[in-house]
This record gives sequence, C-alpha cells and structure tokens, in this order.
Amino acid sequence: MAAAYDIAMKHTEPEEDDGTPVVAVEDVCKTYASHTVLDGINLHVTRGETLAVLGRSGTGKSVLLRLIIGLETPDSGSIHIHGQDIGGLAMDRMGAIRKKMGFLFQHAALYDSLTVAENVAFPLEHHRRDMSRSERDDRVMQLLAEVGMEGDFDKMPSDISGGMQKRVGLARALALEPEILLLDEPTAGLDPISSGEIDDLILKLQRERKMASIVVTHDLHSAKTIANRLALLDHGKVVIEGKFEDLQQSHIAFVEKFLKQS
Amino acid sequence: MSDRQHIVVAGIHPLIPEQQTVSIPSALDFVGRMTNGFFEWFGELSIFFWKVLRAGLTPPYEWRELVRQLDEVGSKSLPLVAAAGAAIGVVISMEARYSLSRFGAKSMFSTTLVYSVIQVMGPIMTGLIVSGRVGAGIGAELASMKVTEQIDAVEASAINPYRLLAATRILACILMLPLLTLAADASGLLMGWIAQAMVEPLSFHQFIESGFKGAKLNDFLPPTFKTAVYGLIIGLIACFQGMRTRGGAEGVGRAATYSVVLASLFVILADVVLVKFILVVFP
Repeated sequence: MAAAYDIAMKHTEPEEDDGTPVVAVEDVCKTYASHTVLDGINLHVTRGETLAVLGRSGTGKSVLLRLIIGLETPDSGSIHIHGQDIGGLAMDRMGAIRKKMGFLFQHAALYDSLTVAENVAFPLEHHRRDMSRSERDDRVMQLLAEVGMEGDFDKMPSDISGGMQKRVGLARALALEPEILLLDEPTAGLDPISSGEIDDLILKLQRERKMASIVVTHDLHSAKTIANRLALLDHGKVVIEGKFEDLQQSHIAFVEKFLKQS
Repeated sequence: MSDRQHIVVAGIHPLIPEQQTVSIPSALDFVGRMTNGFFEWFGELSIFFWKVLRAGLTPPYEWRELVRQLDEVGSKSLPLVAAAGAAIGVVISMEARYSLSRFGAKSMFSTTLVYSVIQVMGPIMTGLIVSGRVGAGIGAELASMKVTEQIDAVEASAINPYRLLAATRILACILMLPLLTLAADASGLLMGWIAQAMVEPLSFHQFIESGFKGAKLNDFLPPTFKTAVYGLIIGLIACFQGMRTRGGAEGVGRAATYSVVLASLFVILADVVLVKFILVVFP
C-alpha cells in the first residue's frame, strides 16, 4: 500500500529551506461595515514553521486565515504565497495556489451528503484524476489511519462526534500533500483529552511533513504545544510576536492579562 | 399647510379610514426602496449568472455531478409531475365536455384537450411544480451548505463552486424540464381520454386521430421546449438564493421560500413573454 501511495503521489523530497517566507502578510487591513477587524497586520511563516495566532474571540483571527486562502480579499495590503501576490487573482489561478494549501475549518465543514471516506477522497477525485480507483482508496485509508479514523470510513459526518469530524477535516486538508496548512481553532469545543490528541496529531504531522502552518486559536496551552512562534492580536493589530518566553517576559498590559486569564 | 405635502384620502380605499392622511414622501420612499432593491437583486443575479456561465463553459467539466443532478431533478420529479399532469387532464376533460356541449361543439373535444394540455397547461404546470419541488430543494441544500461553510470548503479545495454546484444544477434543470413536460403532457392526455371514455365511447385511436388532426410540429414543439427557459429560471434563481444565504437556520428557510416564490413568479412572467414570442416566430 505504501509503495502504491508513493507512486500515486509522485512523492519527492522537499527542497531545502532558505528562510524565504512561504506566507507573507503585509500591512493587511479588513473592515466590515464600520468595524475594523484587521488593522495593518504583518506576519510571515517559513517552511517547517508553525505560527499560532492568538487573541480574544472576534478579533479577526479567522478572517486572517480566510484572507490567506483567498476566500475574502483585504481592503488594503498584500498577501504573498511562495512569493506570489494573490491579490486580484481569478478563481482558477487562485485554485493552482490553493492546491498547495490545506484548510481545516473551525467546524470541519465536512460535506454532509458524503461519507467520511468520500469527504477525504473529494479533493483527490477532482485534482488527481491520474490516480486509479484503488490507488485513491488506498490513499484515503492511509490518510484516515494517520488521523485515527480508519474504522469509521463509511460513516456519515452526522454520525460522528465533533472531535472526530475535525480529524476527518484534517485528513481531507492533507489529501493533496499541501505545503501550507491553515488550522482554524482546531481544538475549539473539544474536551481536554481530545484537544491533547489533536495537538499530538498536529505535532506528528508537522515533524513528518515539514509544512508551514498557521494555527488560529484562543487556546494558549495548545498554542504553546504546537507552535514555534506566537502572535497575539488585539483590536486588529499584532500586539506581540515571538516565542512563548517572549510573551511571558512582556510587560504589555494586554499580554499580561491574556496570559493570566488563559 | 404644513411643510410636508399631504393628501387627504376620504375613505376611497377599504383599508384607509375616512379622513386618514398619507404622506407622499413616505409612499414614494417606499416605492423607491422597493425599486432600488429589485434592481440591486437583479444586478447581483446577472453577475452570478455570468460567473456560472464562465465556469460552466471552461473545463474541467463536472460530468459526474451533472448526472447526479439529472437524476435529482428529472427522475425524482417525474412521479409528481405525472400525477399533476393526470389531474390537469381530468379537469380539462370534464370542463371541456361541459362547455363544448353547451355551445354545440362536442366534436371539438379531442382537439381542445390536446391543444390545452400540450400548448398551455402542461408547460406552465410543469414549470410551477418543478419550481416548488426542485427550486426549494436546491435553494435549501445550497443555503445549508453556505451557512455550514461547505461551499467555502469546496472553494478552499481549489474547486470552482460555481462550476461544481451551480452550473450542474442549472444545466440539469434546463435539460429535464422539456422531458418532464412531455411526461406531464402524456399523462394529461391519457387521463383526459380515460375521463371522457368513461362517460361516452371514444377509442384511444379516435381520440388521437381527431385531436392531432391538422396539427403541425410547430404547434407542439415550441411550447414544450420553452420549458427549457423555465429550467434556466428555476435553477438560476434557486442556486443564487442558496449561495448568497446568511443567517443560520432562518436564512436557510428564507432561501428556500424565496427560491420558490421568485422562481414561480418569473416562470409565469416568462410564460407570458414566450407565448407572444412563439406566436410571432412560429405563426
């Protein structure tokens, strides 16, 4: 099965990382009606790095991910993916960039008319038409095994729990071997044990695949576990960015309050 | 006289009591907002149609989804459309028998039934039935996908949602409406004949021969194929309302309702225009 997967995915060793940002967000602003959710955001992520974006609920964290994947457009500023400005790209051209990205939605956003296996197979059916049916099925079962859901492949999304849906969503996000992984509140709504399992899964995938990842979360414990760097947002601005120790040593009032309350 | 102009409406409308004043600016403002709203909606619908058209005409084509939608729209609407057609046939048969007898034109029964069903009732009834069943279904399904971010997930997977979700459904409606109309017509004629034959002897052969006597293809093909335009209207409006939904469960309900209401309204308006068009182009 592993050999078939390698042939099917034409697996190649990743290029050496030269430190060039894979994702670069520059002076991005976004306003809804009269409410500014992002006000001059500057962030970057390199290959193999995980950036956690923290902040209070409603501070634009999820909006940032939607801008990066191109589901919305910033009012000003630019976003570069692998050096390419994605501003104003037509949908089909943006599609070529999205094939290199995986997105885990906050509520998984599984297709409720498809089974677990069909959900994971969905991107493969559309973008890997060179794969045979058996190769695709092998790949789907391999992905489900990575997230611990191989036994539930024939269930419908409504028949599985929220945590299980997130695992399936993660498997679907990984189907096309993305170079960039965007995770929107991966542990939101989960109990501490399930949250820990999701964190462990994300860490394992990062070690194996060396993707550039951006994780949006309000869970400081989870962010500490999985991220190399953390960025804290408040009122649309990045208040602080750095390792967790940098946040701990900060004397910025909001940062101290956020750490204290978490 | 106050600064605002008023008219005194002295009981000329049942809903307005005597000596009630109605402000002209507020009435004009209401009409203005309604008109503005309609043009905004129509403009957004036009932009949506353009995006779907561009996506639908460029590869890769979603053949599997199209086949699935042909089944959803066609096969699953067939029983309802056939039943409605049968009912219409019986009603026209009974009414035509009575009316034609009154005016001494019983011999025109078969022709009346055939032309009424195929040229008038079959197409519009099929359009309205499908507006209700398919329009509501598509509107609710896509609205539900919208509020649960499934459409965003499709787009994030580098798949064009206009191509996968909208173009396939609209094309399925366009292709299936004429076929469903034929089924409704067949069902209506069959049941109409049965209803008549139960009262007076009339063989099916006699019925068909006299009903289609002197008929040309132009009498029946344009009314049947005009339903492809109904299909475009139903699919386009339902997909548009579904994919622009906001607001959770209430939004889903609203999308389903508006899909049916607006699609039905525009099917009726299109019927008026198309009948005139057919009479001019196919005299």
